[in-house]
Amino acid sequence: MPLALRLDDTSFSYGHGPPVLRDVDFEVDRGEFVAIAGPNGGGKTTLVRLVVRLEEPTSGRVEVFTRKIGYLPQRAQAGIDAPLTVRELVTAGRASRTRLFGPLAGADREAVRQAIDRVDLTPQADRRLATLSGGQQQRAFIAKALAAEPELLVLDEPTTGVDVEAQDAIAALLQRLRDELGMTVLYVSHEFGAVERFVERLVLVRGGIVFDGPPSALPGVWHDPSHTHA
Amino acid sequence: MLDLEFMRLAFGAGIVVGLLAPAVGFFLVQRRLSLVGDGIGHVAFAGVALGYLLNLPLVLTALAVSVAGGLSIEWIRARRRTAGDQALALVFYTGIAGGVVLVSAAGALNVNLFQFLFGSILTVTRGDLAVIAALGACALVLVALLYRPLVAVVVDEEGARVAGLPVALLNSLTVALAAVTIALSMRIVGILLIAALMVLPVIAASRIAWSMRSTIVLGMGIGLGSVLTGITVAYYANLPPGATTVLVAAATVLIAETWSAVRG
Repeated sequence: MPLALRLDDTSFSYGHGPPVLRDVDFEVDRGEFVAIAGPNGGGKTTLVRLVVRLEEPTSGRVEVFTRKIGYLPQRAQAGIDAPLTVRELVTAGRASRTRLFGPLAGADREAVRQAIDRVDLTPQADRRLATLSGGQQQRAFIAKALAAEPELLVLDEPTTGVDVEAQDAIAALLQRLRDELGMTVLYVSHEFGAVERFVERLVLVRGGIVFDGPPSALPGVWHDPSHTHA
Repeated sequence: MLDLEFMRLAFGAGIVVGLLAPAVGFFLVQRRLSLVGDGIGHVAFAGVALGYLLNLPLVLTALAVSVAGGLSIEWIRARRRTAGDQALALVFYTGIAGGVVLVSAAGALNVNLFQFLFGSILTVTRGDLAVIAALGACALVLVALLYRPLVAVVVDEEGARVAGLPVALLNSLTVALAAVTIALSMRIVGILLIAALMVLPVIAASRIAWSMRSTIVLGMGIGLGSVLTGITVAYYANLPPGATTVLVAAATVLIAETWSAVRG
């Protein structure tokens, strides 16, 4: 399987502070669904910010082999006070693919419609984002990331602030999207119980990578009891 | 009232300013940069003073210095070495102090600066109106053409950056448009009050709008209504047009807030 991304002996510090990540070697194949977990401050957000090039490594090398990246930042919320509909939010995610000037092309409208449909928000497409539940809002942001038809989807704690059922639903949705669209998915969560049933690979980050393997190989004490399923 | 040429010129400039200020202001307000207009306004004062010193058209010198000031704020802010409000303060105070020094150097401290600071119906010339109409139309067309990428940046700046949009260029363009708006508006509203016309109609519109697009359109409508009402009231009541316009715009915020609260 061709590589989607590779970090080679990568370290990162903010300013002159201590290293947040040290000597990280990390590869992800195309089409993999990888959960990245770890304690707060462990460096998992920094790891994905390096991948999406919002940060540059202090040393080492980061290579991303996919052309189009969809990114859902931590605590994603529309950075505006004005009312914003789901369709407007998702259309904003399509901006990098549309022509710069003129009205939205038919293919772009269809891509936006499909992205909304994939997250099951078609009935809410023209509703204001603020009137939706927390789980629905997160799905709207996932649709925004999908609208540009990315080959690599990076989500940083997409389920923060939503209940356990909604977390499970979002993880299941991402697995379905990965299967349907063949995307590579990096899913960051500090509580990995929501995704460990759905991913084939779990990476634990605490200053470096301290575990990398299938969730079934994880020591039992690390499993998250809030997401046990009969 | 419209028999008088200066009123026709004032209304002509007012229509451009009333539509343009909220259209550009929308993107500043959504980026939590509402006070950038104020900072650029103070820099525009230095531009006016430079025009006096060099004996050049004041609108053009204000325009050039405002754009330079706006881009400086964005450059300092984007480098993240200085907090946004500190970058604003640096340019804000440098602008006003520089303006006073330049006016003094030009020996023009006795000039009626009040009209530039707070606006005056009598100051719009035919040449001013031609510049205001031409540059105002260009700025509005630019906002319309770049609407989608500008929106993508205000909705999610990091997402836009990752997706490959030229975020720094779009942010610089936004403050440059704000600077153009301020330079064009100084005759009518005044450089100390123009920022209010970029912000208040947008706030009022966001309380009653149902989508982002409707917020911009309603904001432009409220801005236009505020300017036309402000100029008319200022004419009949012999009041400064800038302050009157801003008070009308502030009243629309109160009305919109009340309506929003009643609607629930």
